[in-house]
Amino acid sequence: MYLKVFAIGGLICMIGQILINKTQMSSARILVLYMLVGVVLEVTGAFEYMKEFAGSGVTIPIMGFGSNLAKGALEGVKEEGFLGAIAGGMGAVAAGLTTAIVCGFVFGLISKSKSKKI
Amino acid sequence: MIDRIEYQDYVTKNQPKSPMVRTLIAAFIVGGIICCIGEGIGDIIKLIFKDMSDKDVATWESCIMIFLGSFFTAVGLYDKLGHYAGGGSIIPITGFANSVVSPAMEYNREGVFFGICAKMFVIAGPIIVFGVTASFIVGFIGYFVI
Repeated sequence: MYLKVFAIGGLICMIGQILINKTQMSSARILVLYMLVGVVLEVTGAFEYMKEFAGSGVTIPIMGFGSNLAKGALEGVKEEGFLGAIAGGMGAVAAGLTTAIVCGFVFGLISKSKSKKI
Repeated sequence: MIDRIEYQDYVTKNQPKSPMVRTLIAAFIVGGIICCIGEGIGDIIKLIFKDMSDKDVATWESCIMIFLGSFFTAVGLYDKLGHYAGGGSIIPITGFANSVVSPAMEYNREGVFFGICAKMFVIAGPIIVFGVTASFIVGFIGYFVI
């Protein structure tokens, strides 16, 4: 399992690196692109098979974030109707987003930047 | 005096090339290792909490990975890693955490409100906006299809 996770996760990151080398895209664009790819894969149903095959190899890359958003929205629709379509996506990623924001705020308060590069 | 075309040739010949093969291998190895760490954390959680559902395990796993990414950014190690690994450190969820924490640390001398809180979303903002909009569109279409 770990070999598959390593291979698929590494491959996904390598494709990103090829994009960085060839097109000089900034990291924000790369992340948005990957996340939208995750949304599309989730909607088409391909992401479930990929998750079955490689586990964290596809969920740890930012595609997992996009797939969670899409999955949350679709599950929300099934459970709560139209309100679920609005709230479901955010609800599915709320835990990760909150962790990122709280960590960002706390570490931003307590530590000074080590390097000058963003 | 050289004309413009000659000058452009000169520039493209002498500009620093990003060494393709080395960066690709570095991205592959670092990205693979980060994904394996995530898988390992998931397995440990499954060992400790045996009756937890797979969905909760995945949520905890990404929360812990985000925390680790933030922590190593705050210590200053993640940016050093990113210097070597490029895409390998950007694309995993730890890179998302890094993109939140790194500007927050960078701008904390500009104050709490417009330094930390506002600049935190310099890179993460587009991701959240695109993601939430995409999820709304998916839900909106899904409402009429399902």
